[in-house]
Formats: sequence, structure tokens, C-alpha cells
Amino acid sequence: MTATAPAAESRPQREQTAPRRAPLRRTDRPWRTRGSGGFGKPTLAGLIVRYALLVAVLLLAVGPFLWQMSTSFKGPMDDIYSFPPALIPADATLGNYTKVAATIPILSYAWHSLLVAGTLAIANVVLATAAGYALGALRFRGKRIAMGILLSTLLLPGEVTIMSQFLTIRTLGLADTLAGVMLPGLVGAINVLLMTAACRSIPQELLEAATIDGASTWQVLRHIVWPSVRGMASVVAIFAFIGGWDDFLWPLIVLSDPAKYTLTVGMEYLNSNFGADPRVVAAGTMIALVPIIIFFAVFQKFFFRGVGEGAVKG
Amino acid sequence: MRTYTPYVPWLLVGPALLWVIVFALWPFLNTIILSFTDTRPLTGGVFIGLDNYAALLHDGRFWNAIVTSLVYAVACVPLLTFLPLLLALLVEKQIPGISAFRTTFYFPVIASVVVVGLIWTWLFDSRGVINESLEFIGLIDQPIPFLASRWGIMATAVLLTVWKGLGYYMVVYLAALGNVGRELHEAAAMDGASAARRFASVTVPGVRGAMFLVSALITVSAIRVFTELYVLTNGTGGPGGDAMSIVMLVQQVGGGLQGRLGYSSAISVVLFLLTIGPLLLVAYLNRQGGDAPSGKAAR
Repeated sequence: MTATAPAAESRPQREQTAPRRAPLRRTDRPWRTRGSGGFGKPTLAGLIVRYALLVAVLLLAVGPFLWQMSTSFKGPMDDIYSFPPALIPADATLGNYTKVAATIPILSYAWHSLLVAGTLAIANVVLATAAGYALGALRFRGKRIAMGILLSTLLLPGEVTIMSQFLTIRTLGLADTLAGVMLPGLVGAINVLLMTAACRSIPQELLEAATIDGASTWQVLRHIVWPSVRGMASVVAIFAFIGGWDDFLWPLIVLSDPAKYTLTVGMEYLNSNFGADPRVVAAGTMIALVPIIIFFAVFQKFFFRGVGEGAVKG
Repeated sequence: MRTYTPYVPWLLVGPALLWVIVFALWPFLNTIILSFTDTRPLTGGVFIGLDNYAALLHDGRFWNAIVTSLVYAVACVPLLTFLPLLLALLVEKQIPGISAFRTTFYFPVIASVVVVGLIWTWLFDSRGVINESLEFIGLIDQPIPFLASRWGIMATAVLLTVWKGLGYYMVVYLAALGNVGRELHEAAAMDGASAARRFASVTVPGVRGAMFLVSALITVSAIRVFTELYVLTNGTGGPGGDAMSIVMLVQQVGGGLQGRLGYSSAISVVLFLLTIGPLLLVAYLNRQGGDAPSGKAAR
């Protein structure tokens, strides 16, 4: 936003000087003008329609979130059922947030979610990069078998195996623990395959030269592999983090003690067990939503860039 | 030339391979084995042959769940195959501010289904803002009890899935659109082809592979639907448990200390058989076109 503001301010000035330079064809406008050529550009009217549509979709995409946020700040004097709906609370309060915290241990739920999501992100990056390097850049006996095993698991939706997965976790004595929630997700086959694709594009000569110069496997990984696969690694980290933060079915099955819940299971618990006021539930959902939105907004640059890289590579 | 010790690659792949075997392949094998037994959590079980599968045939709840999941897929596939393509075309051009729009359109994707489900419960409440608005503009006299009937619950859940999935498949299509030649578009435009004509004759053929991929991915994730229906019905599956999906049934039958693990495993095997076709199609298309990020949804 800040980057586009100065350009927008300077535009009127340039508009005034434009007639003097009329013979010149303008190619700097983001729309097409008569004689400017450039069929890739939309016409001015087309551009306006495009922005109108973009704003309409924007409202559709964030409207429900804003409505929920507004509900979470509404006090007891606000009629939340009134029509037309009021987006700005008349009796604004933070009371709903303290009420959530008094009903369920929401801060420890948030901590549990953070712990699960953070562990999954770090473990997936480390383990998938290591495996991806071996599968993408090294030659060894049995590689095809290893690839085959990884690829075959893509045909297994997690839901199919979820009950016997829980039996495994229980056998390990990890039922009703956060460790049990994290353990199966520490490395995903799809992440290994993504990192394999990324490692395949590292020039073989570069790796061999480093090895001849006496670099250990660790040094090669740290100084040659890591810098060139960082983009894909950030996609893996972001997906793993969001996946861990948002997951519901698996923690629902593993955890039975309400003190150990993660945010998603805790939210459902709040909604179904306390006959809660919509305002209080709204405050709870905001606590689950806002951190992950901020997380994504901060890292979205890496995310979209990485997704683009992955698509080009194939 | 090989300059590393032979066990190094196995040391690097080892952990990932071990994980996949212990937490995906073994549970799958175990699911198949359990489906031929009457196992319960604390007492174990014995081999009972095909009894679980035979019982499924006469279980009304099972057929209900199959219908729910399949109808869910039939409703989601067309909507989520076409709407995100249109959205991708809308955000494709590099115009000022477009990356902010793209990022924001992705917000619904990263929110948890539980969060969105609770927002939906509130929006579609009989006194919620949707009913109030419809009443206000005179479309209805009485609030529609969206969340009180099987089809009402499913329609609301489909709407949730579509709203939440738009941004995700938009990104998949954006990657595919990048490969559709710009020159082809410009040539068509210079020849005077209208926007609609260019969409039908240039864009759609160019992203046909991506459209197959997206619809296969949606089929799989719709058959696996769980959280949407769970949250919208507070885990009950709606009145009489009619809106219970296959995965909800697996969780309800197999969960808890009294869980019938053998029976729920048999349902899981059916779930696997329903998803394997589209998943093989996804694998085939990925091998052909190879867009890495699209395989993500298959978890």
C-alpha cells in the first residue's frame, strides 16, 4: 500500500503535462488507450469494472470475518439480532474476551496450538529437506523403492487410516498427549516430494565440486543445498504450520482431557458445552483466527513466490 | 561420480521413510486387517471374515453417510471447478494493488474450518444476519431454519466449502494460466475475438489439464468431508444423524472406549475405495503436467 501511494499522488501532475507530449505514445498507463497498442492491457472501462469486481469479491471474502469480529466487540446493550445489522458496536467492550478466558483456558489452548504448529513446521522442513536432498541429488541403491513408498502414501487419505493410527499412538502410550497429536505429522510424504523436486534443480557439478573440496554432507546441505531450496522450504513450513494450527479431526480423536485441547477442539467444546452467547463464541473464534491471519500476512510473499517456483519446476 | 559414503543417503531418507511406514502404510494395512475382526479398544477381537462388510449392506446409517458424502462431492465439484478459474482470470493481470487482493482472497483458505463453521452457524442462525436480510428485503416471511434439516445443513456446508476453497484453487489456476501463451490471447484479441470467445477458445483449452486436476482434488476432499458437517451440527450429524458423512461415521462408530474398531475399519476401507479412483487420476495428471503445489490438498 505504501509503495503505490506516491505514484497515485504524482499522477494528476503528469496528467496536466501530458497534452504537451501528446505525440508520444504512453505505455506507462495500466490501461489501453486508442493507438497505444498493447492488447495485453485492458481498456480504462475494463479496468474500472475489474476493480469493482475485485472489491465485490473482497467484501465476500472478508465480510464474514469482519461480521464475527464486530460481534465479538458487542456489549450486552447491543442488540445483535437487530436489522439492519450494525457493524460498529454501539456498546463496544472487551468483556467477551475476558468471558471466554473465564469459561475455557483459552490461552493454554492457544499455546498448545502454537506448540503443535511450530513443531510440525520445523520438523517437516528439517526432515523433508534431508530426505529431499538424498532423493533429488544423490545416487544410491534402493532409491526407486524409497520413492515408490513415498508416492504410494499420496493415495492414502489420512481419514482412511485415522482410527488405526490412533491405536498406534495409544500403543506408544501417547493417547491424550500433545506429543501424540504432533508425532504422525512430523514429516509428510508430500513435503518430501516437494523438497525432492527443489533439490533436483541444484546443478550436480556444484555439489560434486563442493564434495571434492572436502565439504562434509552437513556443509553441503548447509551452504549449497539450503540456499537454493529455501523458497520451497518456506512453502513447506507455511503449509505445515497452518495445517497444524487448523487441524481438528486428529486432535479431537487423540485428546480427551479438556485441559489439553488445542484451539480448534477447544472452540467446538466452548460452542457445544456452554450454551454460549454468540458474542463470547465470536471472541473465541477471533483468538483462533487472528494469529494465523497475521502469520500468513507476514509470510505471504515467500508463500506465493514459492508456489510459483514449484509450479514452474514440475 | 560418487564421493559420499554409501550409507549417507539412507541416513538422510531414513527418518522420513520410517515415518511414512509407521504412520501411513502400517495403519493402512492394520485398517484392512481390523476390518475382518470384531476388535474393540480394550478387549481385542477375533477374525470374523466378511461379517462387518455384510453388516454394512444392511446399515441404514452407512448408506446415509455414503449418500451425504457423494451428494457433497456432486455439489462441490462444478462450483469449485469453475468459480476459482473465473477468480484467477480476475486477479491474473498485474494491475496496481493486485497482490493485496490475491493475499486477501486467500484468507478464507488459511482460517480453520472450525472457525469458519462457527461463523457460519451464527450467520445462518434462524435469527442470524442472512435470515434477517432475506426477511428485510421481503424474500421470505419466516426465517429459513438452515441448520435444522439434512439438506439445509448440507447446502450451508457446501456453501462454506466453496467459499473457503475459492482462494486455494485460484492459486492452482494462476499457476496453470501462467503457462497459457500470452501471444495466443493477444493474437485472438487482434483478430477481434470477444472476451467470452477468448475464454472459451483460448483459456479453457489451455487450462484443461488443471481443470481435470482441480475437479479430481475436489472430489476427494468432498468425499472426505468431516469438520464442516461436524461443526454445523455440533457433532450430532443433524436431526436423526441424517447429515453425517462417511468420516463422521468412522469417528463416531470407532471412537471412545466402546468403539467398534473392526466395523469402523470396514467403513474406512469403503472410504478408501471411493477415493482411490480420483487420487490415481491426480497422480497421473501431476506426472503429466507436474504442478507441485496442487498435490497439496491430497495431504
